[in-house]
Amino acid sequence: MSRILLNGRKVVGGISEGEALVTKQTISTWGGVHAVKGIITERNHELWGQSFKDKIFVFPAAKGSSGWSTVAQVIRMAGQSPKAMIIRDISSLTGIGAVVMRVPTVTELDKDPTEIIETGDWVKVDADRGIVEITKKK
Amino acid sequence: MVKLAKDEQEMLDGKHGRAQQRAMEILVLYADALGAERFVDTNNVHLFVGFHPYPEVIKILDGDELASKFLLDTDEKIVVDYVKTFNTTHIWAMDLERWKIMGAPESLHMLMESIRKYSIRTGISLSATCTPYQVGNVPTKGEHCAWTESSAVPFCNAVLGARTNTEGAHSAFPSALTGKVPLWGFHLDENRRGTHLVDVHFDVNSIMDWYLLGYYVGEMCQLAVPVYNLKFNRIPNISMLKGLNSAGASSGGIMMYHIIGVTPEAPTMEAAFSGNKPQEAITYGESERRQTYDHLNSAKDNNVDLVNIGCPHYSLEQLRDVAQLLDGKKIHENVDLWIWTAYQLKSIADRNGFTDIIKKAGGQLMTDSCPLNANLFPKGTNIVATDSAKHAHYAPAIGGVDVFYGTMEECIDAAITGKWRGELK
Repeated sequence: MSRILLNGRKVVGGISEGEALVTKQTISTWGGVHAVKGIITERNHELWGQSFKDKIFVFPAAKGSSGWSTVAQVIRMAGQSPKAMIIRDISSLTGIGAVVMRVPTVTELDKDPTEIIETGDWVKVDADRGIVEITKKK
Repeated sequence: MVKLAKDEQEMLDGKHGRAQQRAMEILVLYADALGAERFVDTNNVHLFVGFHPYPEVIKILDGDELASKFLLDTDEKIVVDYVKTFNTTHIWAMDLERWKIMGAPESLHMLMESIRKYSIRTGISLSATCTPYQVGNVPTKGEHCAWTESSAVPFCNAVLGARTNTEGAHSAFPSALTGKVPLWGFHLDENRRGTHLVDVHFDVNSIMDWYLLGYYVGEMCQLAVPVYNLKFNRIPNISMLKGLNSAGASSGGIMMYHIIGVTPEAPTMEAAFSGNKPQEAITYGESERRQTYDHLNSAKDNNVDLVNIGCPHYSLEQLRDVAQLLDGKKIHENVDLWIWTAYQLKSIADRNGFTDIIKKAGGQLMTDSCPLNANLFPKGTNIVATDSAKHAHYAPAIGGVDVFYGTMEECIDAAITGKWRGELK
């Protein structure tokens, strides 16, 4: 099993590990996610119908509504949060969204995480130090 | 770590009360999440207080408890005296007067009443619209703002030359309490420069066409700053830019763009890019337009249940046009016609008789909201016709409905005949 280290910076602190759920498509929480069920509901999204609960959720960026953080807060309250988030490009939507989701989150990694990490890889996120450790599933 | 000025440190230390302290705590976390170096003063916040996509998870009614839990993100009860900045509010969960027409439950009405009273007490505007720029919140060039609503943000940035990121409920409220916003993103010159060139070969000259262009470019550019180079020299008006902005912020996350020769920071192509080298050149022509139109039209059954127009809230121009189309007509018995605008614009529509014309035809002119917020569609709605690419984008995922997208004229035709007969011309 090969291991890969990525270095970036903290968005929200904490340490967590788990199985990766990766998309190369941007995420709209409001109108694209069912917060109480914790699944992606945007039609035509490659993760349609999939749950991010307890995953290390890896995605390029947010899109869409300014309701991003409102839905992120409901995801937390409904117990549907991912274990951590790895966001390639931070924005105001994901910045405040991660603050209210309250899960370890990193960004600005030295390589594109949506290229390096694949769904099913085991990923450890040390957000305090901005380090991501990936164990490839194969 | 974000550097704090003296007044910011005082707020964080609690010298100005618990509400400002909690607001500053959130803003510091937020600024650090973004990587902002410092804050900048703002006196213009478009708040997001009257709507929640999951009203069923809200079990409390006390205004202070609601604001504490859902906006200040704490279980501690924090009492706000009076919000510091000038503000407007984004849409609320329902039309505050005509909520029964929307089929809103009494529980939602009680929740809205509680937030309405809280807002009046704490100095929060009851403007309740996705288009603050249509009702008196028109920032000046260079003004630092903290606006929610993805479709309003590009109006603030690109059209007016003011400065904002797309704020969320949890960042805008603290900004309104403190008058501070992280100096980051589109508040800074270097992030406002164009990144992608869009060569527009099609003559974009209708509201529908501006929506289609925005939707295509939003999908292609995501969070980038597109520079539109129009081969046909057209000057878009407010109704058209409302379409462009809302579509580009639905398929993607466009918060800033330039139209060469039109928007204030782009008198020339050189000014639009300000030294940036375009990362990519995008071409928009007949085939891209067709592809976008087909993508947005998800419905097959041409029996329309609901015609929903006014997303973002209709302009005075659109209210006038729709009233003319409906004058003396009757809408089909199987169809509901909902037209959305801002409360202030409806009062002009009332005076001019537009509201009566719409009512006589069997439609409803509604304010403050839209059906997507609390998922309030008329019972049994399967097929929706709309003239908004934003509504066409979100309605399937939120309401579980299929959508026809076209012009205002095609939507009104569907309302009258009960059938969708639209096509791309």
